[in-house]
Amino acid sequence: MFIEFMLALREQGLSVSLDEWLVLMEALDQGMAGNSLLEFYYLCRNVLVKTEADYDAFDLAFAKYFEGVETVDDIPAELWDWLNQGELERDISDRPVWAKEYDFDELMKMFQERLAEQTEKHDGGNYWIGTGGTSAMGHGGYNPAGIRVGGYGRHQSAVKVAGERNFRDFRQDQELDIRQFQMAFRKLRQFSTRVEGAKTELDIDGTIDATCENAGMLKLVYEKPRKNTVKLLLLIDSDGSMAQHSRLCNQLFQALHQSTHLKDLRTYYFHNCVYDYLYTTPHCRHGEWLETEWVLRNLDSEYKVIFVGDAAMSPYELMARGGCNDWYTYNEEPGAVWLEKFTRRFKKCIWLNPIKEDRWRFAWGSRTIQEVGKLIPMFELTLDGLDKGIQRLLVR
Amino acid sequence: MKKFTGSENYVATKELMNAVNVAIALKKPLLIKGEPGTGKTMLAEAIAESLDMKLIVWGIKSTTKAQEGLYVYDTVQRLYDSQFGEGDVSDIKRYIKLGKLGEAFASEEQVVLLIDEIDKADLEFPNDLLWELDRMEFYIPETKETIKTKHRPIVIITSNAEKELPDAFLRRCIFHYIEFPDQEKIRDIIKVHFGDLDRKLVDAAIEAFYDIRGMRQIMKKPSTSELLDWIQALQISGVDVKKIKENIPYIGVLLKKNQDIDVVKGYRHVY
Repeated sequence: MFIEFMLALREQGLSVSLDEWLVLMEALDQGMAGNSLLEFYYLCRNVLVKTEADYDAFDLAFAKYFEGVETVDDIPAELWDWLNQGELERDISDRPVWAKEYDFDELMKMFQERLAEQTEKHDGGNYWIGTGGTSAMGHGGYNPAGIRVGGYGRHQSAVKVAGERNFRDFRQDQELDIRQFQMAFRKLRQFSTRVEGAKTELDIDGTIDATCENAGMLKLVYEKPRKNTVKLLLLIDSDGSMAQHSRLCNQLFQALHQSTHLKDLRTYYFHNCVYDYLYTTPHCRHGEWLETEWVLRNLDSEYKVIFVGDAAMSPYELMARGGCNDWYTYNEEPGAVWLEKFTRRFKKCIWLNPIKEDRWRFAWGSRTIQEVGKLIPMFELTLDGLDKGIQRLLVR
Repeated sequence: MKKFTGSENYVATKELMNAVNVAIALKKPLLIKGEPGTGKTMLAEAIAESLDMKLIVWGIKSTTKAQEGLYVYDTVQRLYDSQFGEGDVSDIKRYIKLGKLGEAFASEEQVVLLIDEIDKADLEFPNDLLWELDRMEFYIPETKETIKTKHRPIVIITSNAEKELPDAFLRRCIFHYIEFPDQEKIRDIIKVHFGDLDRKLVDAAIEAFYDIRGMRQIMKKPSTSELLDWIQALQISGVDVKKIKENIPYIGVLLKKNQDIDVVKGYRHVY
């Protein structure tokens, strides 16, 4: 039953498992879909979709699969077997309100058009152009809000709700999700009991020894819980050339900020390369900065340093005095020297590059990528690269 | 079967009610996500109230372990008691204290269990609860006892999406995302809080509010509670209604980040 629908969902990239499918079947057996396609739509979404990021893909698949199912007659007999309780959902054109305010045929035509357009473009893999279809709808005076018609939610058909695609903003066609990043960063730990903090954990061996020494009278011994001692300095390139990688970097940044297991995490920003100043905000505004020397002096050498950047720049930005591309600052020492200062101060440095490794030799800025790679071990910003990089940070 | 239909103080959308009832019927935990200020935690209270059940709240912190929700075995107390001959030490049960989850399982009546802000906990936390939430039972090795539910509790789990939850966990849940209320609903909410206000003021405020929420660069979108504070500020100060949309007075009430305020001001300069 509806197996094609499940396959359609999977085609849209939703990872619907058999378990969830069986749950849906059970729900239908219990008559949970009530008597309408709309309730069926909500039921499917509740059971099969587990993140709002996938709502849009679900809407697309649903609208596509049930596209023709607009009127009572069109609903397949099997569907009605499931939905056979109570009153049938009425044809939408029965609504006097709609008939009065909008030209129904035209609305439907535009709806269909948009649907076709969206699917097509989506298949082409170019999602965002797809939204152009939405504005086309707005053009005719029927924006999505117009279709919804606030108080009449009960009367719309499910396909319409699906067709609205209210959740397209939540979509994230992502290479890596935050959780995967976080799992990778979990490995970034070095445990030690030599940290300050209260002794809260019962030391069993110590307690047994002490109790024996105490002639059998119980004597409890506590010890400090083992804690992660890893301190991390994160330096992120927020130059224009990084804009295309911003989502990836953003996720990395969020994953790290949500990781509670690090002892300390400092984040600063730079433009293309590190010079006299490190910026405290991603906007890299004049004045919102710390002196790099201060950072080098004040953070102890135990800090592990992760540079995130494409390392693609004009050679003079790396090699020449005054190569810094901020108009108002002049660097006495070239960027490469600053990078060396970091590697001297901090024993463990890595560079994560969002450009894929096989393109490092050909991408724009390949020369500086090579040069930076000579100074600091460089890894590509993928799960694999991150794993390797973290291992590099941990070896003694 | 019991059905949730909202309560006096809580206006639930039809989708939300559907989701709750599906979760109850299928005996699965209901995972609720949504922006802060959309009433995720309130939902559990409303369900408990409308179905006349006891509500057990398990608030999750970053240090919470899954085990704590089941039971805690107070070894140290037992050791001390044995030393000083207090109480019946051979009765291990005395030293087993049930956690919130255990409490919900052991309850004689059906209860509503709220696991609040599950994303605050450690990454592995949801995985550690898979079996228990699936089977609604757990085993206490110390007493060789199995705590099993007589009436499956209605489990509501909220998440602010600070961390992503593991797939295996998600697969076992019914999911619902609470959308930010639309203008119509916001009007209702304002009415509940302030009664009848000057309609022009409310119109202008709502318009400006949704305008700001619509700006893509805003990092932290203002939520319902901020809108309510703002309307109160506007009302008390008696600002000229016409200027609300133009100048956004008391912008600090709506936006809490400097960058966001700059963004809004930038827009105003342009137009």
